[in-house]
Amino acid sequence: MIALTRGWSLPAAFGAEIRRWPSSLKVGSAIIGAILLAGIFAPLITPYDPYYQDFMKTLQPPSSAHPFGTDMVGRDVFSRVLYGIRIDMQIGFFTTYVPMTYGVMLGALSGYFGGVLDATLMRLLDIAVAFPFLVLIIVIISILGPGVPSIYIAVFLVAWSMYARLARAEMLIERGKDYVLAARTLGYGPMRVVFRHALPNIINSSIVFSMSDFVLNILLVSGLSFLGLGVAPPAPEWGAMVAEGRDFIFDAWWISTLPGLAIVFTGTGLSLIGDGLSQRFGQPQRSLP
Amino acid sequence: MIFIDYLLRRLIQMVPVVIGVSLVAFIAIHVVPGDPIEIMMHGRAKPDVVAAARAELGLDRPLPLQYLRFIGGALIGDLGVSIIQNAPVADIIGERLGPSVFLLTYSTVLAVIVAVPLSLIAALYRGRLVDHVIRFAGMSGFAMPPFWVGLLLMLLFGLYLNWFSISGYGKTFPDHLRHLFLPSVTISLSLAPMLVQSLRAAMLEVLSADYIEVARSKGLTPRRILIKHVLRNALIPVITILAVNIGWLLSGAVIVEYLFAFPGLGSLLVRAVGFRDYPVIQGLALVFACLVMVVNLLADIGYMLVDRRVLKE
Repeated sequence: MIALTRGWSLPAAFGAEIRRWPSSLKVGSAIIGAILLAGIFAPLITPYDPYYQDFMKTLQPPSSAHPFGTDMVGRDVFSRVLYGIRIDMQIGFFTTYVPMTYGVMLGALSGYFGGVLDATLMRLLDIAVAFPFLVLIIVIISILGPGVPSIYIAVFLVAWSMYARLARAEMLIERGKDYVLAARTLGYGPMRVVFRHALPNIINSSIVFSMSDFVLNILLVSGLSFLGLGVAPPAPEWGAMVAEGRDFIFDAWWISTLPGLAIVFTGTGLSLIGDGLSQRFGQPQRSLP
Repeated sequence: MIFIDYLLRRLIQMVPVVIGVSLVAFIAIHVVPGDPIEIMMHGRAKPDVVAAARAELGLDRPLPLQYLRFIGGALIGDLGVSIIQNAPVADIIGERLGPSVFLLTYSTVLAVIVAVPLSLIAALYRGRLVDHVIRFAGMSGFAMPPFWVGLLLMLLFGLYLNWFSISGYGKTFPDHLRHLFLPSVTISLSLAPMLVQSLRAAMLEVLSADYIEVARSKGLTPRRILIKHVLRNALIPVITILAVNIGWLLSGAVIVEYLFAFPGLGSLLVRAVGFRDYPVIQGLALVFACLVMVVNLLADIGYMLVDRRVLKE
């Protein structure tokens, strides 16, 4: 009976799960879903090439042909914002979830075993926290040279520390709980206890934090591109677009303003998901651990 | 006596971090792919000039010796010489430290003025419409890139209203306040949402404490409870929350200083990276890290003075 209902009611169960979601999770998922779809189907939504320069149509205000206007070299701003979704969401995703993967693992192991490993990790974390995040990233980029590969390397070197801190703190609490002791008494190896038994119970706080981190990373990438250290023009990255329109802000407000609005919209959607997840998991939401 | 003891322990704890931080700053210049001197001079200098610059920076000596020279110099305020600007790094950084600290203090004050009442309202009306509106506004504010907010403020105030200057630093104190208003508002708009989020949680905790219940049962007016009991106890975490967010504040300042062409440490960093001026980058990395550490130490001391219970632990 149970097996039958399970097999038959999968869509229904999914619908019931969504109905239980807090409203911020629903709204946030809808926003991010819409943004992802717009990014994937950008060629179907807009007829213009984001790189095509039409010098007959420079600095045109928003109109029905160009809903977000055109920039100083006649490119359609709406197309560039849409194609920008692909760049910003992709970099934001990898800069968030790659460091999260090994940061959580390191923090969990460190919290579980303690000892020399833990002491070393804590000193490393102290040093990483002493530098303002952006300053450390900029210093690393000054060594490697500007560009997306440098951003990835810099963030991968630094950003794991926040997840390690979170996972370690959770593991210190979890380590003494009965189910962990039970698993150890059953003779399971430490790796199995940490990753199969404890990890599912400590991952939620990192998942909640990862939504804020995603926002921070999109702000980081667009900020670096704005400073000329990130994604290089003419690629349609949102921060780079704001920088390009900066000299024309008083004559053509739309070039800088609308890509920036895309960042705010995306960030709000992600924050809403984070807020909803923190309610669903019963976790306090935090921006910085 | 306990106070001195605590302070000493805290300072000793900082030593390994300072060494680690200085190592990171030191190593930075040595892991540059290729020759940092060649890169700094953009490959246009003659070989003897390059050799002279290398000797000037001490790059021809063994690494441990170089590190000792670096840390020894840093301790007496000597951070080396900028090849690009032909001036001591400590002087270049020194003349920009004041304006940056002014900007950071100004932004923090503005952010606290906005965040305290908002978090109090959100905590008092928990789960009601006002609370949700404040939370949503916080999320949107958190997602706003500072360079974009700054640009919009420039557009609004600089062009249409013409109330505030949109760049520079000014000469007198009132002049500073006027010149720095827009950059400070920009930074505080990204700091305030973080403050509201943490402060709201802190106030909720205070509101559910036993002594608030006692104050209520004594028949004190809600207004008096709010000001004398809730606010005073909820303000203590502000110190800690500000210290935790100092790195975030400095990161925002880097971008905002660049946007407003402000003569501070952040805009210097961006420019130094553009010129690949490695001695300046190295010095700035050290100074930024020290700023964070000093602020955290001051916060600890401040917290201890306000709340003596810390000492007993």
